[in-house]
Amino acid sequence: MLSQNNPSSVVAGDSCRHCCIRIQDLTVCLGGNTILNGVNLHVHCGDVLAIVGPNGAGKTTLLRAILGEVPYRGSLSSLIGGVERRRPRIGYVPQKLHFDPDSPVSVADLVMAATSRRPVWWGIGNQALARVKAILKVFAADNLVARRVGELSGGELQRVLLAIAMTAEPELLLLDEPSSGVDVKGLELFYQLVRDLKKQHDISVILVTHDVAGILAYVDRIVLLDHSIITESSPKEFLSDVRGS
Amino acid sequence: MSEWYKLVDMVLPFDWGQYVFMKNALLAVLVIAPVYAVLGTMVVSNRMAFFTDVLGHSALAGIAIGVVCGIQDPVGPMITMAVILAVLVNVFKGLTRASTDTVLGVFMAFMVALGITILSRQGGFVKYTKYLIGDILAVSPNEITWLVVMFFVVLIYWCVAGNALLLTSVNSSLARSRRIKVFLLETSFTILLAIVVMLSIRLVGVLIINSLLVLPAAASRNFARNTRAYTLWAVVFSLMSGVAGLIASYYWGTATGATIVLFSVGCYVFSVAAGRLLSGALKTSG
Repeated sequence: MLSQNNPSSVVAGDSCRHCCIRIQDLTVCLGGNTILNGVNLHVHCGDVLAIVGPNGAGKTTLLRAILGEVPYRGSLSSLIGGVERRRPRIGYVPQKLHFDPDSPVSVADLVMAATSRRPVWWGIGNQALARVKAILKVFAADNLVARRVGELSGGELQRVLLAIAMTAEPELLLLDEPSSGVDVKGLELFYQLVRDLKKQHDISVILVTHDVAGILAYVDRIVLLDHSIITESSPKEFLSDVRGS
Repeated sequence: MSEWYKLVDMVLPFDWGQYVFMKNALLAVLVIAPVYAVLGTMVVSNRMAFFTDVLGHSALAGIAIGVVCGIQDPVGPMITMAVILAVLVNVFKGLTRASTDTVLGVFMAFMVALGITILSRQGGFVKYTKYLIGDILAVSPNEITWLVVMFFVVLIYWCVAGNALLLTSVNSSLARSRRIKVFLLETSFTILLAIVVMLSIRLVGVLIINSLLVLPAAASRNFARNTRAYTLWAVVFSLMSGVAGLIASYYWGTATGATIVLFSVGCYVFSVAAGRLLSGALKTSG
């Protein structure tokens, strides 16, 4: 388990546990339209599951349902060490931030706001700053601590958001379109960090993306979603299906 | 209050400082300026400037309802009306697909029209114009007590909810993933704004109250690089323009609220220039 107070545990982690995240018969109806219909997903800890599909297929709605932002029928549960819980702890890496790039919010402010009760507007002391740096260091982002969030490149922002997500000690990590606005090198580093995380922490990862080619080397299974699950396969099978069709 | 009067006599032995109404007004400015600055930082970050303008204008409907109900002091109906408005806007934001601006525009039109229609019956609107431009010089010790209470309420709220508000302003889904109850948070913030605006509307007026909320934060934003500096500079600008505007209005014989806003605009213009110089210097050194 990661510890909020001890960022070094981000790399230390527990040994492998028998656990999984279960999404059963998840259905979302919004404004009279069925956006998702009877979605069943079973993500083992240490697995990265990619969800791909056309625009409007319900990928983002699935993430919003998991986050509890839209009403849904069905269930979402986690099984950790034989104990079932209705709502797993979730770490979320959004696609982008909905704020003005000129906003006076530094990376340290953002990390502190997400991980501490000490008011950010009062200032960040040396001890707190050291903790923020330690959290970011694991994700090669400690050098960004004083930068304004709006000044970060796409890859830098994704790493900062991943660092924040991991401080929640998540059982399920949700990544929303991480390739959006990120250069190839930045994306490679990001996916490597995710791969390291899943190995070290045994967490389940659900990744929503349209960049199928970029993720093949990093994911364990790929789900093709179009309002309901069309196919679920390994990257190899997915590739051969695509070539075959 | 007598201690405050003695302090002003001792520290500020100026012509304007000898009058009780100026001493009261100075204390009121020193109390509400930081409150406005701090709340304004979040108003500007969340692009809520139009919302606070609508809140200010809803005072007219509150006063009108107070008149209809025969209530002498309109502060109660004004606060009730503004709180209802704040909650309704938050609920409607989630229910309608129309943009927030459109929803706010509809609310503002309704509130202003309702207020003016009722208050203008038989040509009686003139006696309510004091609410349009405000009069901080008429602030009473009792009102100052309420402003001090408001100051501490906002301070405590900001200590407890400041981080959550910051995270929500950056990305509400990210905030929800950290188990922040976004709807409750946003609603509590808008209710607090509604109360603060209504408690001070008689002092600064419907027409300019929004400027006092928005301008210090907007000025600070031009060169602050983190949340602490953003808050600190907003408070500094708000206090500077508040005190300077109060004193200038005494010598110029002008409406205090409007004069304070002119100084706030001056701070904003200064901050634009300072921000450009700072970013130029950073680029050169970078």
